[in-house]
Amino acid sequence: MNADVVREVFFWGVGAIMVIAALRVVTTQNVVHAALYLVGTLMGAAALYVLLLAEFVAWAQVLIYVGAVVVLMLFGLMLTRAPIGKANYDNSQRPLAAVVAAVLFGVMSWILIDAFSGTELELAGENAPRTQDIGAVIFSSYVWPFEIVSVLLLAALIGAVMIARRDEPEADKEVGS
Amino acid sequence: MPIAYFLVLSSLLFCIGVYGVLARQNAVLILLSIELMLNAVNINLLAFSAHLAEAGVPGQIFALFVIAVAAAEVGVGLAIVILIFRNRQNVDVDEMSLMKW
Repeated sequence: MNADVVREVFFWGVGAIMVIAALRVVTTQNVVHAALYLVGTLMGAAALYVLLLAEFVAWAQVLIYVGAVVVLMLFGLMLTRAPIGKANYDNSQRPLAAVVAAVLFGVMSWILIDAFSGTELELAGENAPRTQDIGAVIFSSYVWPFEIVSVLLLAALIGAVMIARRDEPEADKEVGS
Repeated sequence: MPIAYFLVLSSLLFCIGVYGVLARQNAVLILLSIELMLNAVNINLLAFSAHLAEAGVPGQIFALFVIAVAAAEVGVGLAIVILIFRNRQNVDVDEMSLMKW
């Protein structure tokens, strides 16, 4: 079978899963299910990254998004003790939001198809960039952005701890006495 | 494969995220929708990275930076949501009107 046909079938299958899961994320009335449907979309995105010859980004996606972000979201949902399955999680602007999203999609897809119809992606893997190339470029041309991202993550870590920690008046008293 | 497939899929996911941000009331669900939008942007970056393969890997590096910044955003965002829950006993954004003029 032709490799292009295989890629196309793979794309349509994964794309359908991603869109259905994303729609469930924004419409389901169970917050835990919303976080779990997000895993479907994120894993589909990782599969598309592999199709686009970016294995390293695909694994980073699986580790960081599926492994860390979704777990963090589930913890957030549990800690805020959201009433599961009884409250209404949508606000009154739902029809307006649907119209805005539909118009935005129409305009964006029209512009993109108009600009890029006829442009073909070459997805044969012979001269694909390797993870080695990514490492070499990150630590040469992009070393400053890389260091700044490190500082940003450290700042976010300390900031999250400082914001979320409970103030303990007893501890202050012990220091004062 | 036409690059338009990937671009239209990513714009569809982005618009689903926009709908989620506008229509949801729970702050954590809004954060989930923002993750959808960031992911759509990443698909776009990697599609163009594959298209412009002779330019090297900057598209993939930008996608990695977006993933790192999204992780930081989720950490701080959830800390704020938990603090709001501790002070107000719910996380409905419609009821957070204290600083509204």
